Amino acid sequence: MARFIERHPAWALIVIIAVAVLAWLVFAIWPPGLEAAIGRKRVFLNAALNGITLGGLYFLVASGFTLIFGLMRNVNLAHGSLYLFGGYIGYAVSTWTGSWILSFIVAFIVVALVGVILQLAVFRRMEGQDLRQTMVTIGLSIVFADLMLWAFGGDFYQVQTPSWLIGPVQLPLLTAIKSSGEPVYLQYPLVRLVIFAASVVIGIAMWLALNRTRIGMIVRAGVDDRDILAATGVRIQLVFVLVFALGAGLAGIAGVVGGTFQSLSPGEDTRFLLASLVVVIVGGMGSIPGAALGAVIIGLAEQLGSVYIPTYAIVVTFLIMVLVLALRPQGLLARR
Amino acid sequence: MLKGSLGLIALSSLLLSGTAFAQEKIKVGVTATLEGTYTVLGEDGMRGHQTALNVLGKKVGDKELEFIVASTDATPDSAVRAVRKLIEQDKVQILLSPLSGDEGIAVKNFAKTHPELTFVNAASGAQETTYVDPAPNFFRYNMDGAQWQVGLGKYAYETKGYRKIATVGEDYSFIYTQVFGLVLEFCGAGGQVTNRQWVPLGTKDFASVIAALPDDVDAIYLGLGGADAVNFLNQYQQAGGKAHLMGGSIMIDQTILSSKGNAKNALIGTIAASGQADTWEDPGWQKFVKAYQDAFPPAKRFPSPSLLATNYYGSTMALILALRQVNGDLSNNQAKLKDALAKIEIDAPNGKIKLDANRQAIGTNFVTEVVDDGKGALFSKVVKVIPNVNQTLGYDPAVFAKIGLPSRTVPECKKY
Repeated sequence: MARFIERHPAWALIVIIAVAVLAWLVFAIWPPGLEAAIGRKRVFLNAALNGITLGGLYFLVASGFTLIFGLMRNVNLAHGSLYLFGGYIGYAVSTWTGSWILSFIVAFIVVALVGVILQLAVFRRMEGQDLRQTMVTIGLSIVFADLMLWAFGGDFYQVQTPSWLIGPVQLPLLTAIKSSGEPVYLQYPLVRLVIFAASVVIGIAMWLALNRTRIGMIVRAGVDDRDILAATGVRIQLVFVLVFALGAGLAGIAGVVGGTFQSLSPGEDTRFLLASLVVVIVGGMGSIPGAALGAVIIGLAEQLGSVYIPTYAIVVTFLIMVLVLALRPQGLLARR
Repeated sequence: MLKGSLGLIALSSLLLSGTAFAQEKIKVGVTATLEGTYTVLGEDGMRGHQTALNVLGKKVGDKELEFIVASTDATPDSAVRAVRKLIEQDKVQILLSPLSGDEGIAVKNFAKTHPELTFVNAASGAQETTYVDPAPNFFRYNMDGAQWQVGLGKYAYETKGYRKIATVGEDYSFIYTQVFGLVLEFCGAGGQVTNRQWVPLGTKDFASVIAALPDDVDAIYLGLGGADAVNFLNQYQQAGGKAHLMGGSIMIDQTILSSKGNAKNALIGTIAASGQADTWEDPGWQKFVKAYQDAFPPAKRFPSPSLLATNYYGSTMALILALRQVNGDLSNNQAKLKDALAKIEIDAPNGKIKLDANRQAIGTNFVTEVVDDGKGALFSKVVKVIPNVNQTLGYDPAVFAKIGLPSRTVPECKKY
């Protein structure tokens, strides 16, 4: 931190000012002039929180994607299909058993198994052939999409939110003071907070697993140099299968999350594939912290965009991607 | 996903037409939104189309109708692409297309480049399609979005006592047209529309839109459809929304009322207006509902046909009846057929329909309220039936022309 300030004093100043302004926007009561200019504080706070929680969902999808890419240099364009499949599995389990939590576990296991099959039956046979893998995964995503349309139809499915998660909670953030002097606190949907907390926990667990365990060490070594790692006697194929299963399983969990606070239907697969591509391009291919940062940036851009510049909201995401590609093509947090 | 649904439909039409291979055929191209946000709407439209074929048959004199289906995703370019493919590759002579508002405007403009063919609108409802520079070979047997809102504004103001409302709608021509119809009548009666929010078609995360809803209004009007509507309701429930709601024609519709999950329960008691009401007691409507229910197993349809099924039924019916009047004669650039289509009056399930000089439907409109049937299924209950609704909504054409075309900000909230 201190070194960063010494090396880039101008940037550090900008960052500090930005953080201060943000903190003021979040905690202060907005003066009437500001409210007249950019709308009520409640709307801003909601949009910001929505962006961050949506970022949580994007992170779940993109982290699996970036993990698989980081280790195997394999752009799995069927990742969106895994997301949608996980969502459908979650829906089936939660309507059958009535348990929301169980649907996550089953979705994770089933989609992870699909990932294992994919790795063993497809990717292992064409290791190191990037173009072929890409074409095959595009083909697979089309086949999966058709199979799911056949099985589940074009309907919208929603995973039932458990009753204890429905409705808003009061957050200790002031949005306004009534004329009677009574403070008004922010109301926010509980389910989004829970889901965001869960994705933070998963993110931290993944970071710990990668940086503090033996398996994580092997995976990191594999990211740096696969061949040397294999030469040291590590059963690299087994590691590949494990990582693929984990990445796919995360996409499956994300599907259940997406089905809970949005909805599942044909077409969601490509939407989330696109979202995770944008996220990892912004954050840096193969980097978990990069996926987290990218996810939050894209989530915020979408939500703040939809409130303050609704007409151009869709463009903002891609503008960010273009800017990153132009100024820092390896992504914001990529190591190389 | 496109190929899957197309394959199924192609297969079923193949099975149905298997006996007729020796006859001369009339090829009709059909488009529906079988992809994207409006998938469910397109599927039910095709069910309505199939119901019409079951009821009316596919014979025209000694000729047999052959239907070729193409999928779109509610964007204008997808519709033009599908229509072009049907004409150039499949050599269709007549089109039954399209489903959605923006698609309608694009297909109408495209129709002008093929004056020799006949275009029958399937279900699209933007005002501009038939109101501005209409194509002589484009016929629309359903009302437009503004006509479908007739009666709602007055009912909200006079019976429900709403004085101030805000609207949320998808950002494209059909919803502009719906809000146009609503605002004109509600403000004409003395109400105020304080805020109009527009969201892109295909929005998934409405949380911020919901947060930005004003809370000093009596009701919020929702002009959403398909997946967007379901997502909105789900997130509205999670945010603990409690406002009175009003609904557009594809919001309060079986496509939404029979979606899975319980978010739709927020709609109970919501008032809306549309070209149909699920519980209308008219024998013609009841017969249609029965035919629809008999045509498909309960798991493969809605409890009652959606507005899209009704529109596809009506347009298919008009086309087949007109073809029969001219005995399938398509000579001389289909002149006889076009003439018959312009003059025909059909006894559609949702009331009598005839066309005006712009080949736009004049029909019956319904004000409705959402009710629970006691078993958890939601239906739109008829509150008021308004016959003979024309495209200028009863205004003098000169006055109507001054209001301007439906857009994000037109019409202004005042009495015209």
